[in-house]
Amino acid sequence: MSELASTADETVGTRRPDLSVERLNKRYAAERRFRLYGLLAVCAAVGMLVVLLGSIVLNGYTAFWQTHIAVDVELDPEVIAPDGSTEAETLKNANYRKLVFDAFDAHFPGVEGRETRRELHSLVSGAGARYVREAVVNNPDLIGTTQRFWIMADDKLDMLHKGYVDLDLSEDRRLVDDQFVGWYNQLKEQGLVRSQFNTNFFTDTDSREPEQAGILSATVGSFLTLFVTLILSFPIAVLAAVYLEEFAPKNKFTDLIEVNINNLAAVPSIVFGLLGLAVIINFFGLPRSAPLVGGIVLTLMTLPTIIISARSALKAVPPSIREAALGVGASRIQTVTHHVLPLSLPGILTGTIIGMAQALGETAPLLMVGMVAFIVDVPTSFTDSATVLPVQVFLWSDSPERAFVEKTSGAIMVLLAFLIIMNATAVMLRKRFERRW
Amino acid sequence: MTITVYLGALVLLLLFGYWLGKRRAYAVSGGHPAYLHSLPSYYGVYVAMWCGIPSALLAALWFAMEPHIAQWVLVNALPPEKQNLPPDELGLLVTDIKNIAAGYSVFRDVTPALERAAAAYESVFQIGRLFAIVAATGIAIVGLAVGQRYVAPSLRARNLVERVITIVMIIASTIAILTTVGIVLSLLFEALRFFGRINFMEFLFGLHWAPQTAIREGQVGSTGSFGAVPLFAGTMLITVIAMLVAVPVGLFSAIYLSDYAPKRIRASVKPILEILAGIPTVVYGFFAALTVAPFFRDWGNALGLDVASQSALAAGIVMGIMIIPFVSSLSDDVMNAVPQDLRNGAYAMGATQAETIKQVVFPAALPGIVGAILLAISRAIGETMIVVMAAGLSANLTANPLEAVTTVTVQIVTLLTGDQQFDSSKTLAAFALGITLFVVTLCLNVAALNIVRKYREKYE
Repeated sequence: MSELASTADETVGTRRPDLSVERLNKRYAAERRFRLYGLLAVCAAVGMLVVLLGSIVLNGYTAFWQTHIAVDVELDPEVIAPDGSTEAETLKNANYRKLVFDAFDAHFPGVEGRETRRELHSLVSGAGARYVREAVVNNPDLIGTTQRFWIMADDKLDMLHKGYVDLDLSEDRRLVDDQFVGWYNQLKEQGLVRSQFNTNFFTDTDSREPEQAGILSATVGSFLTLFVTLILSFPIAVLAAVYLEEFAPKNKFTDLIEVNINNLAAVPSIVFGLLGLAVIINFFGLPRSAPLVGGIVLTLMTLPTIIISARSALKAVPPSIREAALGVGASRIQTVTHHVLPLSLPGILTGTIIGMAQALGETAPLLMVGMVAFIVDVPTSFTDSATVLPVQVFLWSDSPERAFVEKTSGAIMVLLAFLIIMNATAVMLRKRFERRW
Repeated sequence: MTITVYLGALVLLLLFGYWLGKRRAYAVSGGHPAYLHSLPSYYGVYVAMWCGIPSALLAALWFAMEPHIAQWVLVNALPPEKQNLPPDELGLLVTDIKNIAAGYSVFRDVTPALERAAAAYESVFQIGRLFAIVAATGIAIVGLAVGQRYVAPSLRARNLVERVITIVMIIASTIAILTTVGIVLSLLFEALRFFGRINFMEFLFGLHWAPQTAIREGQVGSTGSFGAVPLFAGTMLITVIAMLVAVPVGLFSAIYLSDYAPKRIRASVKPILEILAGIPTVVYGFFAALTVAPFFRDWGNALGLDVASQSALAAGIVMGIMIIPFVSSLSDDVMNAVPQDLRNGAYAMGATQAETIKQVVFPAALPGIVGAILLAISRAIGETMIVVMAAGLSANLTANPLEAVTTVTVQIVTLLTGDQQFDSSKTLAAFALGITLFVVTLCLNVAALNIVRKYREKYE
């Protein structure tokens, strides 16, 4: 005590320089630095998201446009139907490729030699002739006339037109040679090249040719798989959540179930794929690559997510509601089905949609159960071979052609659009029906 | 096709049973439903249950048994000398016959005997299935008839119906346990077969991973070598890189958002971070392979470094980005759970906000944050698509992040996605890796969940 008093006297007497201001400034600087780190971290995270989405969009937006070339095709009756018949069958099977190629040869009269001609013909897509076929089958009167068709160009010309080919590189290091570029320039000067919206991307199935590849089969596969997942996981999750939240006695068995659910929520998704392969395919003998199997695997994977969110939705319903129902003589199950479930349904649906969004983006377990095949046909049943959108992304990203880069990004943008719609629905549901008790 | 018809018929029968039960209940009550024990609709559901449950059980039993029955029929339809082939040759023959039945071509002379077997196999799916479906529908009708006879005013229909509902709910909740058991058993079973061929110690501590087994016996290196250490090392390397990105960024974002950010910024930035969590991993993989890896390679080359085009660095950093929201939202939760009193106490002592966070909030939240980081590590170890697309395939024992390494999950995918016979050492190795992965992530999860739970209890 006396010591303290003497120090105070000294301070008053000698007036030592006040260090506290400096120390305080240091501390405030540390405060500002710390705050800045936080801000930088947030900016970094948001910046990474922007770079990620930006690179996808920049790479992918051109996938929604497709280069087409105008060709004046002489619909020679000798080639289409030499016997003069106009039956649909004959018209369908006629050699329209030859017509298109002849039209090209006529447009570039100087081109001689088989090799060179073949290269000239490679300007159009292999599927180009189908435009002519469709027109003729729809309107056989066109036979004998000369029509202008806008025909899908080959992926190389597409890349060139979209500016993905660096013409400053030497000829052997770039995608197309000088001759190809020359033809392209000639067509362009004549106004015979144009970009149009790429409907084929949405209506075509997978193909080895980039310009013909579309996402239809993968989208349908995704839809089928997700349907199976929803049909299985929603009822099971609701039943399990209701039991655990409303009925389960507190005992070892219930604890075991809870521990299992929490752990399954954190098990790597690929392990569910291994389970599907070993049990569902090899033991129960369900077909590989089928949406049914993929759906079951995704169900097992998303169940914990949905159960956990359904339980918290049930928990949010106040006990007074249950007590009121029980008080007027409802049984416990009636209480739940008539009152608690309807009140918690928006919350459960929100959780379900989020679980479905997770399932829609999942790839790894589906690789394990064989949904990674090259699928050309649109799957029509739950046991057909199918693939899904994220797996399609994975498959295309493996392809060496430059044109598949934009296809992959395009497919990713479609996938993200689906996810955004689903999540926005979930957020809207939550906002619309959120109820504070 | 037959299944759809069966399901359609069953639904119609169920509706009919419901209607019938309800009507019977009115009838037996003599026009006074109040005399009934339960509401009439419960009698309807009661009859529908009699109709549906036995029938559905029978159909499910048939579809579970169908492939096994078909296989048995197939083997029995073979001539006796074929039946006594050694098991693996018989297995090949059976696979081929199944392919014949499915209409595919096989590398084998199709003899009439094989065609007979194929026809017998196919008949199980045609005639056998038809019989099963007819039987199931028959049982549904019988159940309907039996059930409606029980309807009487004294029947405690509601209690019976509710008991069935409870049983169904219990079954639904046990699916979580069944899934875990299924995972453990299936992985263990296949892994044990693998360890029957490859020494367990060699797998766990071997330094050389080259699973390419020869197609013909007696070829050089026909056994492959299965030392998994390079895979574990590669997984660790990528996980460490991911954590170096995710932990600081995630933690500081959480601190900023929970303690500094104005409400408006918090409300808009949190959902943005959640978008990162919602992006499918295949998208991250594409981003890593297409944008980040070439970026690092070009920069490395410009600096005179030799960076592999599938460097561990690129895969790790992108994986770190994926995990940021995971770390930030979990640590945001635990830091918000720290009672405000502790903060107020620190402020009262004159601590600045940063000092409060560093010396009070953070230590108090540390167990929870450790739990969050453990969960994040478990997720990084199990992450598949990013590394499949952006990391290498060849097992490379190195600590250099600029080189290409491979991981456990990459190997599982590459071992199982080719077309090959299912029970080769190569495919079984995938299951051995799978169970290793499962055990490691399980331990991390259990530890993390326990830490988080204990911590929550402390402040509640």
